[in-house]
Amino acid sequence: MSANSGNTNTEPWGSFDDHLVQGGGSAVIDMENMDDTSGSSFEDMGEIHQRMKEEEEVAAEAADADEDDGEFLGMKGLKGQLGRQVADEVWQAGKRQASRAFNLYGNIDILRPYFDVEPVQVRSRLIESLIPVRMINFPQKIAGELYGPLMLVFTLVAILLHGMKTSGTVIREGTLMGTAIGTCFGYWVGVSSFIYFLAYVVNAQITMLQTLSLLGYGLFGHCVVLLVSYNVHFHFLFYALWLLLGGLSTLRMVAALLSRTVGRTPRLLLCGTVSFLHMLFLLYLHFAYHKIVEGILDSLEGPNFAAMQRVARDVPQVRLNSTVTNAAAMAAVAI
Amino acid sequence: MATAADASPSFAGLSDISIPEDTPVEGDITVPVDSSRREDDEFSTLDEPVKETILRDLRAVGKKFVHVLYPKQNSELLQDWDLWGPLLLCVTLALLLQGGAAKNGSQGGPQFAEVFVIIWFGSIIITLNSKLLGGTISFFQSLCVLGYCIMPLTVAMVVCRLVLFSLTGKVSFAVRLAVVVASFGWSTFASTAFLAGSQPPNRKGLVVYPVFLFYFVIGWMILTFSP
Repeated sequence: MSANSGNTNTEPWGSFDDHLVQGGGSAVIDMENMDDTSGSSFEDMGEIHQRMKEEEEVAAEAADADEDDGEFLGMKGLKGQLGRQVADEVWQAGKRQASRAFNLYGNIDILRPYFDVEPVQVRSRLIESLIPVRMINFPQKIAGELYGPLMLVFTLVAILLHGMKTSGTVIREGTLMGTAIGTCFGYWVGVSSFIYFLAYVVNAQITMLQTLSLLGYGLFGHCVVLLVSYNVHFHFLFYALWLLLGGLSTLRMVAALLSRTVGRTPRLLLCGTVSFLHMLFLLYLHFAYHKIVEGILDSLEGPNFAAMQRVARDVPQVRLNSTVTNAAAMAAVAI
Repeated sequence: MATAADASPSFAGLSDISIPEDTPVEGDITVPVDSSRREDDEFSTLDEPVKETILRDLRAVGKKFVHVLYPKQNSELLQDWDLWGPLLLCVTLALLLQGGAAKNGSQGGPQFAEVFVIIWFGSIIITLNSKLLGGTISFFQSLCVLGYCIMPLTVAMVVCRLVLFSLTGKVSFAVRLAVVVASFGWSTFASTAFLAGSQPPNRKGLVVYPVFLFYFVIGWMILTFSP
C-alpha cells in the first residue's frame, strides 16, 4: 500500500489561506494601503465569498453559453449570445467596482480610531478644556478624538431644548429640535472648518481633526454656563460665568493655537477669530433662546401692556385733519 | 504484501481487501425521500395561511414586549431581531404627540415627521457610536433593542394624555413629571441591560451616555406636550 502524502487542504472551497484574511481588529488604518478592506474580517470573508460566487456564476454562464452556442448554430444565435455575454461581463465588473467603492467609503471602520477612548480619558479631557496651558514655545498636544466633542454637541442640543421650552421661545420657521440641532452642529462643524481654513492659509500646524476636537471640547464651558444660567435667572451671574468659564476655555484654545503658529499677524488673526466666535456663540445662545427680563419682551409685543399709561398724547386725534376734532382736542387738552 | 502476511500470521484469515483494477466500483446511494420532504415542509412557510404568519409575527413582537417589561440579561431580544415593534411604537408615539400647540398658537409642537426622524436618526447614531466603540452587536440588533425600549415612554405618553384630560395645574405637572421620569429611567435601564453586555467592560459608560441623552430628549418631548 502506498502511503498518501498528507493534503491539509481538505475543504472544497480552499480553506483559510493566510494572505486572504487580514489581521482583524486592528484599529489603526494604514493610509498607504487603502485598497484592502482592513479592519473587520467579516468584510474580507464576505468579499472572498462574493468573488468566488461570481466566479462560479461566470463559469456557469460560460458553460451555459457554450451549450447554447452548440444548439443555436447560425449567425444570429452567435451574435445574440456574444452580446449577452459582453453585457453580463460589464454588469459584473460594474457591480464589483460599486461594491468595492461602497466597502471603501461606507466602511465605518475609517472612523474607528477616532472613537478609541476610555471614560477616564474623556473625563480628564473635559476638565482640562477649562485649564489653559502656558507653554507656547512648543506645539501643544491636542487630542484627536471625536467621541467627546460629539457627545458635547448632543448635550448642548439637549440643554438648548430645555432652555427654549422653559422660556417659551417662538420659532417662526422650522421646529425647535431642528433649530437646536442645526445651530449646534453648524457651529461645531462650520467654525472648525473655518479655523482649519485660516490655519491652512497662515500655515499653522494643525489638522482638521484637531480643530474639530479642540472646538468640540471648548463647548464644555458653554454647556456648564448655559445649564446654570437657564435655571438661575440672574443676569449678573450669566455675565460673570460668561467671562470666567468662556474666557478659560477660550484661553485654552488660544494657547493651543499659539503654540502651533509662527508669526505675529497669523497668530493675531487665528486667535482673534477663535476667541471672537467662541465668546459670541455663548452670548448668542443665551440671549437668542431665552427670555431675559419679562418686562422688556412684554413691552415689545405691542399695545397690550398695562405698565405704562399713555395719557398725555392723544395719538389718533393728532392725525385727523378736521378742524372740529382739533378744536375739541385742544379744548380737552387745555382742561 | 507477501511480507505483510508473513509478518502477522494472526491476520492470515482475513481476505485481501485491495480492489482489483478490472472491477469497476459502482452502486446506488438511495436517499430516503420521505424524510427530506418532511424537513422541507417544516422550513417552508410559503403554504401556510396568512393568518398564521401574522399571528406568529405578532406573538414574537409580544414576547419581546414582555422582555422589555422585565429586563434581564436575555439574548432572545438580540438574536431574533425584528423592527415591527419599534415601528409600531414609533408611529404610536408620533401620533400621540401630534398637534401639541403652544399657548399663543404660533408655534406648533413636535409634528409626526419630526418625532419619527428624531427616533430613527437617534437610534442610528447610537448604534454607530456603540459599533465604533468596539461593540460586538450588529446594526439591526441594536436598532431593535433601542426601539423596543421606547415602550415605557409610550406608556408614559398615554398616561400623560389621560392625566391632561382629567387634572390641571400643578398636580397634573407633578404627576406627569413623576411618570415621565420613572419611565425614562426604566427605558434607560432596560436598554442598558441588553446593550451593555456586548461592550468591552470598561467602556460601558461611554455607550450608556448617548442612550441616556436620547431617552431624555424623548421624555422632554412627552413632558412638554400640551394639547
